[in-house]
Amino acid sequence: MEFTTLLFYLFSVVTLGAAAVMVFSKNIVHSAFALMFALIGVAALYVLLYADFMAATQLLVYVGGILILFLFGVMLTSQGTTLDFKTVTVNIVPATLLSLAAAILLILVFLQTEWVISEQPQATDTVRDLGMLLMGDYILPFISVGVLLLIAIIGAILMSTRLTEKQTGGN
Amino acid sequence: MEFAAAQWIAEPGLNHFLIVGALLFSLGLMAVLSKKNVIMVLMGVELILNSANINFIAFSRFTELSLEGHMIGLFVVIIAAAEAAVALAIVLNMYNRFKTIHLNDIFSLKG
Repeated sequence: MEFTTLLFYLFSVVTLGAAAVMVFSKNIVHSAFALMFALIGVAALYVLLYADFMAATQLLVYVGGILILFLFGVMLTSQGTTLDFKTVTVNIVPATLLSLAAAILLILVFLQTEWVISEQPQATDTVRDLGMLLMGDYILPFISVGVLLLIAIIGAILMSTRLTEKQTGGN
Repeated sequence: MEFAAAQWIAEPGLNHFLIVGALLFSLGLMAVLSKKNVIMVLMGVELILNSANINFIAFSRFTELSLEGHMIGLFVVIIAAAEAAVALAIVLNMYNRFKTIHLNDIFSLKG
């Protein structure tokens, strides 16, 4: 068995195990940290797929940004002064049935489809090629996504400042 | 038959990555459907986006999609970041107004 095969199974088990801990944990802080391990495992799977730039982006944006945002959200919305971070699970039976059905259907479809596989050469200059694509064929989506990020920043700032205004106005 | 199965296990190909993506998707769906806490639901959405990204990049490694798959994945990550920022601002506003983040207790559109 090759070394990359072992790595693939190791990181898939890490990713799926951490995701399962995230979903089934009762404590929301534990869930957030399990989500961190799941995201790191996904980044490792990207490396196994020769996507080094995507792996770096995943680590920077998800683990460094979005996860911290989630932790802030958890801390700012915990009820009362008691350290009670419990999450309640509702309608567990229909949810389990639906997600099991989704998993089984997806896996059956994936296994029965004849994919047209063409072994790609191992990419060596991914970052350069991605930059050329971004500045060439993908210039319009690139600029649109920049505008979208600007709108998201302005929207988030607007919502949170209105929040504090109302608080100080009430007092 | 035995030999083919052993070989299938020993050589991770496109299908292996797709199956990991499918399982991750179903776990995310489980979190979205069964949690009462808004932040847990958002975490489930992130898991679903990640599973889609694994699929895109697996296709870009094993089929003709090549670097275009990386491109789609990059845009998915950017849009996920924007979505998480705005969604958490909404959640904080909601907590300020309703004093709860349980989805069952929030049912009025105009407060």
